[in-house]
Amino acid sequence: MDWGSVFIDGILATIGPVTAAYAISAIGLNLQFGYAGLLNFGHVAFMLVGAYGMAITVDFGGPLWLGVIVGVIVAAFLGFLLGLPTLRLRADYLAITTIAAAEVIRLVARSSWAEPLTNGVFGIQGFADSFFSINPFPPAELYGIGSLVVTGRKLWVMIVGWTIAALLTLLIRRLINSPWGRVLKAIREDEDATTSLGKNVFAYKLQALMIGGAIGGIAGMLLAIEQQNVTPDAYLPQVTFILYVIVILGGAGTILGPIVGAVVFQFLFFTIDALMVNTQANIDWVGDLLTPAAAGQVKLVLVGIGMMVLMVFRPQGILGSREEALIDER
Amino acid sequence: MSRRARFVWFWLATTLIVAFSPVASLAAGESIGGKLIQTVGEEKSPVEGVTIVVSLEGAEVGSGESIADGTWEIPVPGSGIYQVRLDTTTLPDGIGLTDPTKEELDEVTVREGQAKKVIFPLGEGTVSSTSAYERVGALLISGLKLGAIIALCAVGLSLVYGVTGLVNFAHAEMVTLGAVAAYFFHASPAGPEWPLVIAAIPAILVGAGFGWAQEQGLWKPLRIRNTGLIAMMVVSIGLSFAVRHIILIIFGGEPRAYPDFAGQPPIEILGISVVPKNLITIGVALLVLAAVGLFLQKSRAGTAMRAVSDDADLAESSGIDVNRVILITWMLAGGLAALGGIFFGLNEAVQWDMGFSLLLLIFAAVVLGGLGTAYGAMVGGFVVGVAVEMSTLFVPNELKTAVGLAVLILMLLVRPQGLFGTKERIG
Repeated sequence: MDWGSVFIDGILATIGPVTAAYAISAIGLNLQFGYAGLLNFGHVAFMLVGAYGMAITVDFGGPLWLGVIVGVIVAAFLGFLLGLPTLRLRADYLAITTIAAAEVIRLVARSSWAEPLTNGVFGIQGFADSFFSINPFPPAELYGIGSLVVTGRKLWVMIVGWTIAALLTLLIRRLINSPWGRVLKAIREDEDATTSLGKNVFAYKLQALMIGGAIGGIAGMLLAIEQQNVTPDAYLPQVTFILYVIVILGGAGTILGPIVGAVVFQFLFFTIDALMVNTQANIDWVGDLLTPAAAGQVKLVLVGIGMMVLMVFRPQGILGSREEALIDER
Repeated sequence: MSRRARFVWFWLATTLIVAFSPVASLAAGESIGGKLIQTVGEEKSPVEGVTIVVSLEGAEVGSGESIADGTWEIPVPGSGIYQVRLDTTTLPDGIGLTDPTKEELDEVTVREGQAKKVIFPLGEGTVSSTSAYERVGALLISGLKLGAIIALCAVGLSLVYGVTGLVNFAHAEMVTLGAVAAYFFHASPAGPEWPLVIAAIPAILVGAGFGWAQEQGLWKPLRIRNTGLIAMMVVSIGLSFAVRHIILIIFGGEPRAYPDFAGQPPIEILGISVVPKNLITIGVALLVLAAVGLFLQKSRAGTAMRAVSDDADLAESSGIDVNRVILITWMLAGGLAALGGIFFGLNEAVQWDMGFSLLLLIFAAVVLGGLGTAYGAMVGGFVVGVAVEMSTLFVPNELKTAVGLAVLILMLLVRPQGLFGTKERIG
């Protein structure tokens, strides 16, 4: 196995559009989990409804910009629907409801009942032509240095994706340093104290859930645009848990945490996968023990273990400070 | 296109496959597919969730499941002569092949670029409920059966919540582990191949042992470190995710059925045809739940459990060894979940993510009854099970899990503390 090319591939995966989408989604989750202390275990649902909102709008003849607006609105509205019954209650209820809703929404999207809208398991394709038609780079041309090259098509998605990630990071910094953000952090630290200061805790939490959800919707749309394809099974529960690892790894409740986390995570994820596939193929006893498919699952086991180990031993992640990371005593 | 560019495209494609593996399998190319339709008299209905395996010269090259409208499609590596087998253990109760010898079609020729269609004619295996009375009765039985399974799983979750305040998202994996362990002792060539009834005993012990190991190895140290509840829940969902995929690696992705009691012929009771194993599931579950109730009411350990659940500090100061009670609760929860898993595997199939697919209904049951209440979880389990199955009278079958979510959300809106819960728990 050529480790030089694996390394190049790892770098390309790390700066690619999928990482940008994960970073954006993690920004939304970080607002909910890192700043407001909300346990949203179904973040992938926001990405799904965002992507479908856009794809269905375009499918029914709307322009792409309208689809993007619809996607953002439905994602925020999902936050409203899930937050309304749960945010007055203990943190557990939001976690239970979101994890359940994420699976149900995916099952509904792939059901034949919803087929007129979602096209079932086959999904919707080819809705982002107008996005690629304004691509200033010739799509088949190669750009880059040395062996680090991407096509013009991909470069365009990358630039747009990382620009959105940067803008959202600035937006979050603005929000968190505003009075609104300070109240949010106060709620995370001590909900009762914040209530006693006359703040409407429920409204703040609901707003955080909706804004974070809308950002998740944007990430879902970016993923869908990149592939020109939206299918329900691209939004499996594992996406949510990958996002948790990203947020905790980068530092929950830090401005740059989601971006740092996404980049580091994607590099590790890719390298570990390449390593496992290589080991499976070349070392006999590992090859006997694991099928190629099973070797591909090892990285997901590591996602789960990473989530536990990080939360226990380094809840502040790479960037966070210890004091801020001791979320909740409730 | 230069080699480098091709390489980049190849890389792009592989990354996408890695990230979104189910999507890529639908790409164009040679494939074998079809549509599973059950014909009973004049009525035709699609059959969902049936596994079909494609092999080439004895080596499996792919498998797939029929989706809601009965269609299935399995991509194959190229043109050639394939064998296509329908896994009859995954057929729903009461549906069988019209010609039982046609389980495997051994000369399916696929031409280059062809999406080959093959047919497995399905008819009534044994059952056909037609009258409304029979249909409602059959749904009620399967609802009670599902409810019994949910109740077994939900009691443990609720008890653990009661004594520790933790919603354990890894509870689903205790369910799966029980079913998989029973499969190992019962049907795996590497295991002792005991009858299922015997194999269930060590499987339940494995479940209880998993509960013990979790408490001793993970949750107790975390409590001593004073870890916050939110952090604990994140840890529990990480554990759930890791264990689920370890099971996937070891057990594989295929659903498997226990050989014992498979394809049991239904019997008729009051004009409703019932598969006996459904009744046994309901009966055994009721007995076990009654025993749990007696244990909680009469035994010292059970009383201590309720005391810790009410107020851990007060219980501790009156001389109860709280850590010991919590440990017993974890083991009880693990054992009950394992039993629930075995019944789930007996009535459906053993699969790596079976517990996770049941988790939503378990949550709905626990919230309906009231988080932390054992009896609430039992009642909630049966209510949710019956509601979900009965709902198929009005909503399409594939949406029935959505009914579980609807129950959950409605309950949170109307009475968040649940049927049996008290107000101070919720928030």
